[in-house]
Amino acid sequence: MLSIKNLTVNVNDKQILKGINLEIKPGEIHAIMGPNGSGKSTLSHILSGKAGYTVTGGSVTYQGKDLLEMAPEIRAREGVFLAFQYPVEIPGVSNIYLLKAALNSIRKHHGQPEVDAMDFLTLVKGKVRLLEMDEKFLYRAVNEGFSGGEKKRNEILQMAILEPKLCILDETDSGLDIDALKVVAEGVNSLRAADRSFVMVTHYQRLLDYIKPDFVHVLANGQIVKSGGAELALELEEKGYSWLEDSKAAV
Amino acid sequence: MSASTQEINNLINQEYKQGFVTELETDTFPIGLDEDVIHKLSKVKNEPEFMLEYRLKAFRHWQTMKSPEWAFVKFDPIDYQAISYYSAPKRKEDGPKSLDEIDPQVLEAYKKLGIPLDEQERLAGIAVDAVFDSVSVATTFKGKLKDAGVIFCPISEALREHPELIKQYLGTVVPHTDNYFAALNAAVFTDGSFVYIPKGVRCPMELSTYFRINAANTGQFERTLIIADEGSHVSYLEGCTAPMRDENQLHAAVVELVAMKDATIKYSTVQNWYPGDKNGLGGIYNFVTKRADCRGDNSKVSWTQVETGSAITWKYPSCVLTGDNSIGEFYSVALTNNYQQADTGTKMIHIGKNTRSTIISKGISAGHAQNTYRGLVKVLKSASGARNYTQCDSLLVGDQCGAHTFPYIEVKQPSAQVEHEATTSKISEDQLFFCQQRGLSAEDAVSMIVNGFCKEVFKELPMEFAVEAQALLGLSLEGSVG
Repeated sequence: MLSIKNLTVNVNDKQILKGINLEIKPGEIHAIMGPNGSGKSTLSHILSGKAGYTVTGGSVTYQGKDLLEMAPEIRAREGVFLAFQYPVEIPGVSNIYLLKAALNSIRKHHGQPEVDAMDFLTLVKGKVRLLEMDEKFLYRAVNEGFSGGEKKRNEILQMAILEPKLCILDETDSGLDIDALKVVAEGVNSLRAADRSFVMVTHYQRLLDYIKPDFVHVLANGQIVKSGGAELALELEEKGYSWLEDSKAAV
Repeated sequence: MSASTQEINNLINQEYKQGFVTELETDTFPIGLDEDVIHKLSKVKNEPEFMLEYRLKAFRHWQTMKSPEWAFVKFDPIDYQAISYYSAPKRKEDGPKSLDEIDPQVLEAYKKLGIPLDEQERLAGIAVDAVFDSVSVATTFKGKLKDAGVIFCPISEALREHPELIKQYLGTVVPHTDNYFAALNAAVFTDGSFVYIPKGVRCPMELSTYFRINAANTGQFERTLIIADEGSHVSYLEGCTAPMRDENQLHAAVVELVAMKDATIKYSTVQNWYPGDKNGLGGIYNFVTKRADCRGDNSKVSWTQVETGSAITWKYPSCVLTGDNSIGEFYSVALTNNYQQADTGTKMIHIGKNTRSTIISKGISAGHAQNTYRGLVKVLKSASGARNYTQCDSLLVGDQCGAHTFPYIEVKQPSAQVEHEATTSKISEDQLFFCQQRGLSAEDAVSMIVNGFCKEVFKELPMEFAVEAQALLGLSLEGSVG
């Protein structure tokens, strides 16, 4: 699915990622954990194609293609989805309009006809129920006046409808109370599939209580310093990040 | 400049699609303006004597006036002696009796613009008056409208056939002394539309006028007069385009609306004059005076404008709320890109009791453009219980453009309620990236965000034109983001 090899990335001439290696197979869930400033968000931005980063070395291959060569919208149409840490507001543009425009642009990319209006409505309403959202959300402007939890839920709704292959969740748990966290986690779990992979970027372990990862990687100072199974997250919760950063320094 | 900024810039620089020139034989006056030209103009249009008097009076007054300088726009002084004041496609003595007699080149030009004048192809439910340079070339559905008692014809025809109505109403809303461009228009106007809706009649179809400037070195001086008699209702739309030329051309129009007791007029504009090239060369100077008099009690006038064209726009469609309980509305989208300049807004003059006005203005500025909202809300002593609500939003696309707001509020009546809200925002790179990450191209994303911003205004447009306006906005924005 995704193969990151020795990736180095600069922001304003400062090296942020210092040689990342990561292999993700279809159906796997990988959690990327790490302290603030470790490069977690940079990694999710570079995968989704946000401007402002310079790749200085290494490669990212997605489904056999060079991901870094693709424009952000092409990546999206090829199935890369970023659930934003801070979803933006778009006044005047209704949620349902955005969803339809996005879905149709993806369908067009794959040579499919535009979605039928009735089919679309059925699809959307089903997903809205799944995420325990009010249908009124569909007709409100994108994220305008939404609470933090509503915004995050909205991201998952978009994910559920666009059915991406590679889902990147950037600090999806931040700003969520426990009830909202559960709903979001259930939404993500319902999307788990043999041909869909997840990268969850998170600072805290608590999201992983609800979405069980196959692998946990610890990112510190621009490098993956430790990888393991789900149990690694619990160890981190207990000991914090400093022991890893220290051990790294000792190597 | 980041990658997405670059994309935004590419996006806004799109080609003007109506920029073609139609090759025609024309009757065109030599350039220059004096009383002889006005005599000649009046004669060629076969006007009654009172019109010539009116024109001369206006011309003499215009000569005493100075071009206004208060607007937030910059341009070199216009040489009024370098303009031709009349240009028309050559035609037979009495004008065309049917479409067969119209120069096929003219018909072709309108077809290219998506305004077929042909019987079989014409837009269902919309009557069109087609004004080409200085003359009206065709008016569709005249017969059907006549059956309903509605008069819809070129104003030059109305001058000959309904002089009593012209005498009664022309210049009563915008007098020839009103302002520099209105005075000039009164002296030299050539054509435009005339509409009269009799008492109690609901006009059975949308009326529209399509203005096309074709000839070089000419000015277009459009004059439109719409009268809605007691209890009547009409919806009218105008569209405008012009060829791409390196010289600036002047379009100085006057539009007068009169709404009698219980009458409603809805006036919509989709203005897409040639805006000049991306370096600011050429384009139309759109200096227009539009005003409505809500003369009767309970009358209502609603202006909706989508302004995307012109090098310079200077217009303030206004409502004089004379009748008690009368209502004035102004919904505006003004988009400026590259080096376009717009100084536009409205005036709401509350005179009658319990008069109400609503102003929703959306200004979008991209490239190096300057976009100004200028509006006056005036409540006279007589207007007890008057209310106004103004909302003025500006959207900046890129960091080289400007948005300005000049609201003027004068209230002499203590019971009046006047509200003013204003916001300024910018399309952020985060918004763009978000949309792209959902699969939309930068172009579609900008167009979607801008359309969202303008939604409140678009919903006021007649259905057929709301779609056109949205598409137009997308086109006008190409290459603009930064």
